[in-house]
Amino acid sequence: MTKRTIVTRLRTAIAAAVMLATGTGAALAAGEAPHVVKQSWSFAGPFGSYDPAQLQRGFKVYREVCSACHGINRVAFRNLEEPGGPLFSEAAARQIASEYTVIDGPNADGEMFERPARLSDRFPSPYPNEEAARAAQGGAYPPDLSLMAKARAVHRGFPWFVFDIFTQYQEAGPDYIYGLLTGYEEEPPEGVEVPPGMYYNTHFIAGKMLAMPNPLSDDQVEYNDGAPQTVDQYSRDVAAFLMWTAEPKLDERKQIGFKAMIFMVIFAGALYFTKRRLWDGVAH
Amino acid sequence: MSGPSSYQPNSRFEKWLEARLPIISMVHAQAVDFPSPKNLNYFWTFGGILTVMLVVQIITGVVLVMHYTPNAAMAFDSVEHIMRDVNYGWLLRYMHSNGASMFFIAVYIHIFRGMYYGSYKEPREVLWILGVIIFLLMMATAFMGYVLPWGQMSFWGATVITNLFSAFPVVGEAIVTWLWGGFSVDNPTLNRFFALHYLLPFMIAGVVFLHIWALHVAGNNNPTGISVKSKQDTVSFHPYYTMKDAFALVCFFIFFGWFLFWAPNYLGHPDNYIPANPMVTPAHIVPEWYFLPFYAILRAIPSKLGGVLAMFGAIAVLFLLPWLDTSKVRSATFRPLYKQFFWVFGFVCVMLGWLGAMPAEGIYVILSRIFTAYYFLHFLVILPVLGMIETPKPLPASISEAVLKKGGGAGRPAAAAAAPEHRG
Repeated sequence: MTKRTIVTRLRTAIAAAVMLATGTGAALAAGEAPHVVKQSWSFAGPFGSYDPAQLQRGFKVYREVCSACHGINRVAFRNLEEPGGPLFSEAAARQIASEYTVIDGPNADGEMFERPARLSDRFPSPYPNEEAARAAQGGAYPPDLSLMAKARAVHRGFPWFVFDIFTQYQEAGPDYIYGLLTGYEEEPPEGVEVPPGMYYNTHFIAGKMLAMPNPLSDDQVEYNDGAPQTVDQYSRDVAAFLMWTAEPKLDERKQIGFKAMIFMVIFAGALYFTKRRLWDGVAH
Repeated sequence: MSGPSSYQPNSRFEKWLEARLPIISMVHAQAVDFPSPKNLNYFWTFGGILTVMLVVQIITGVVLVMHYTPNAAMAFDSVEHIMRDVNYGWLLRYMHSNGASMFFIAVYIHIFRGMYYGSYKEPREVLWILGVIIFLLMMATAFMGYVLPWGQMSFWGATVITNLFSAFPVVGEAIVTWLWGGFSVDNPTLNRFFALHYLLPFMIAGVVFLHIWALHVAGNNNPTGISVKSKQDTVSFHPYYTMKDAFALVCFFIFFGWFLFWAPNYLGHPDNYIPANPMVTPAHIVPEWYFLPFYAILRAIPSKLGGVLAMFGAIAVLFLLPWLDTSKVRSATFRPLYKQFFWVFGFVCVMLGWLGAMPAEGIYVILSRIFTAYYFLHFLVILPVLGMIETPKPLPASISEAVLKKGGGAGRPAAAAAAPEHRG
């Protein structure tokens, strides 16, 4: 058994024991949430930062696969070249922008017109509005993915949520996205009927089926940096990319945070010894 | 408590000002001379921490407002604009949202410290009541602030909480319509919550002023709960407690920074990163963690009106605490029975918090009812009875005596011997 499966089984065993002890099994089972397996991310932990190469690969996956149905309309093309992101060169970011068409206007004649996107534009969504998306997708709405990595309530349960404070586990979102993308099952278990237009995936947060078909297959997207062209790697990269779209200032936050914390720890130490010296003369 | 100021105006300008507005001598008397018991422990630093947190919330809040748009169609986008495009906007916004949680952590420690050491008892009843008013204002402010980002939890939290008022017979529905400014939570609701969220912190600041005023009349309580008898029992506020408070404050900021920099979304709900949608109800609507015990009490009562009354009653009972506790002894240190019941009560509050986060079904409802009953039992039965039947431990004659007895080991004999003139 790998370390991960041992930990997983241990957790399941403890959870089962707790449920038996408290008689809450039925209640928990009613609101059963998908099991999220922790992955290793470059941006986890106090010194974590995004891996620009991974974000560039993730962007490629998004662009060639996800963007057919999902927008990232809170991201601007200029973000692609900003620090703490995929670090495309300005020329590359301009090039990418110019390959998208946005609607601008009205012009002097009062007409709306189409033009190539500029760095200041945001990524256009694949559908003009939610109704158009639903009409094209058989009633299902492919949500905008800008904030997806922070917007799914993956419940950790007791006592894990307590440990998460100390381990600074903030990656449940990308873990969930990775789990969902790699969690499709061709054959649903016996007795489970999957209606047409639905796909079986136990990693989905709101049930065991969703309207999105398995979007990824091996060798679907060409990588030119030698990274493996597998569903596993695609899922990992696009999950990292979506974490960046949701939290673009993560690198800056962790860098500033480290400096601020070091300063405060030293300052607290200085204050402590000053205070001690001051109080030494007082019986208290 | 604070006697005449030791401030002596020196320069001509100071003398001129002193004769016209003696503000420097007043501040000097309150913030420098103010004699404070010399045995205050670190639980007494949270008053200062709370004052600073209020300032932090107001400053970050004022800057956030410069970039925020209180409109149902634009609020969510403007918050994301702050997070992405405003210089250090992410820092301001995470400071403000996590700062609210830190504020509540500090205020709960402050309240439970008051309960443990009997700080609400004569002559500090008004001080305590002003504190409960601040707590109420804080809850209102935090609730309305949570609505402003206009995410799913903002919207549905606002819907659930405002709907509570419909429980009142006859006028309930009219009150809710009046609160909403319409027939559902919508743009008018957001606008008025925004206006009130900006107003209430300044009202809090006003009541904090009264709270500190009342504190400076009665003086600090202390871990022994016995009153100050002589100058020997006290030290001047500055530099002794300014320095101790400063150290505690920076430690608290380190704790704050842990969340702010490394887990800024830990204390929030992921659903609030989904824009508000009146057509889609989240699977579980939960309030922010600091409201969970009261939410559990609300849901424990089978009738809606009963739940609402119990929830408000849970706070209202705090106003009566100084008279419900019949014991003349303040500090739990000298109350062997109360000390145990205090910890049971603390446990009950934590359990209510946990139950508030659980779905209202099965065993959770039963547990909620048991703990809710105990919550009220603690105030209405246990506290009055304990004061009558409990035999307190013998009280020391003075703070100094208590300190010296304990200080046999805990003090620093060498230092005390080196400076015997300071020795209490």
